[in-house]
Amino acid sequence: MKSSMMMTVMIGLLLSMNLQAAPKEDYLRPEKVPAPASNKITPERVELGKALFFDPRLSGSNWISCATCHNPALGWSDGLPTAIGHGMKVLGRATPTILNTAYQRKQMWDGRFRSLEDQALGPIAADVEMNQDLDEVVAELKVIPGYVSMFEKAYPGEGVSQATIAKALASFERTVVSTEAPFDRWIKGDETAISESAKNGFAWFEDGSKGNCAACHMGFNFMDDGFHNVGLKGNQDAGRFAEVPVPVMKGAFKTPTLRDITLTAPYMHNGMYATLEEVVAHYNRGGDTKDNLDPNLKPLNLTAQEQKDIVEFLKTLTGEPMVVTVPQLPQ
Amino acid sequence: MKSRVIILLGSLLLAAGGAGAAEYTVAQHNKTFEKDGVKVEKMTIKAGDTVHFKNMDPWFHNVFSLSDIKTFDLGSYPQGQQKSVVFDKPGTAEVECAIHPQMLMELEVQ
Repeated sequence: MKSSMMMTVMIGLLLSMNLQAAPKEDYLRPEKVPAPASNKITPERVELGKALFFDPRLSGSNWISCATCHNPALGWSDGLPTAIGHGMKVLGRATPTILNTAYQRKQMWDGRFRSLEDQALGPIAADVEMNQDLDEVVAELKVIPGYVSMFEKAYPGEGVSQATIAKALASFERTVVSTEAPFDRWIKGDETAISESAKNGFAWFEDGSKGNCAACHMGFNFMDDGFHNVGLKGNQDAGRFAEVPVPVMKGAFKTPTLRDITLTAPYMHNGMYATLEEVVAHYNRGGDTKDNLDPNLKPLNLTAQEQKDIVEFLKTLTGEPMVVTVPQLPQ
Repeated sequence: MKSRVIILLGSLLLAAGGAGAAEYTVAQHNKTFEKDGVKVEKMTIKAGDTVHFKNMDPWFHNVFSLSDIKTFDLGSYPQGQQKSVVFDKPGTAEVECAIHPQMLMELEVQ
């Protein structure tokens, strides 16, 4: 009787200590970047997509390119709390990094687009973002010989169209993937790759009775393709609810990747936190606004050292610096 | 004789009840819907059948449908809990988890 009680207590302790420890293989990069059969990745498509991505002529003002906000020098984001769009208008949400969007099932903070192809034209056409008439941009590109030739090489016989612009941009975005980070080297067995504090931080991060971060930030891309209301103070943005009118989605936003997290401050969908320390403190409080709070969130009661450890771990997710060459645009 | 009639009637009623209202359990596991341990994306049931949605994952799931034949929102619930829905009209219902939209299954109600 006594031993069975002991066993029960031990099992209970083990379960409470680490509810969500995932096997290390779950954190390894998938062998291939996924791409739809209708738009397989080729060098010609990537080259075309890259030119389009950096080309301000895709905007109504001929002044804003995709790279204006998704700046590779700033972690493929813009370093601002919320984006600045057409006519210098300050928008309501932060520019999300495009890093590793290839691995994500939904695009945008509210997940309104299912694929990169669906998403690519959205910001170009949005009046508050690039403010471009899509028929007009097709007409403009059709009279640039360099582009006509690039489209023909990338999509033979398909011509310059909204569809091929979207497909080319998506192909380029599928090449914007994270590089090897110290965390990856540690996962592969190099015990010297990260500090003891970071190792502890990863344990707290995964542990359901500690940080519980992995309830949402899971797997190689440290996200769950899901939507959560994380209780940000003063948030009035309905978020995912505009797309899926189910109460739990009120104020919910897509879980962002944590890859290259040190390069993409400020944080959250509205950029309200400047540092990772502030973000971890937010979750340690269990969020601030409890109205419709995601039930995975609760006060964590982490010590100052444990919070510091989690931040140290997060820093190990930033990969080797990328070398990005800016293309000379077709004329 | 009287007791035999009662037993026979009782058996008929039980058989009729069993045939008219089956119950199924669909688990939410590894961010997929599973039936009998296998990922399920399409499932056929009969009008009047009940589906129990049981959360087997260590994080919260939601189950909802905005389909014409059945609109419901079971809210969010944790590991080990289940909630049930009776599908009383024929047609097709798309059942989803709002939190994890990759969890999507189609229920054909005959």
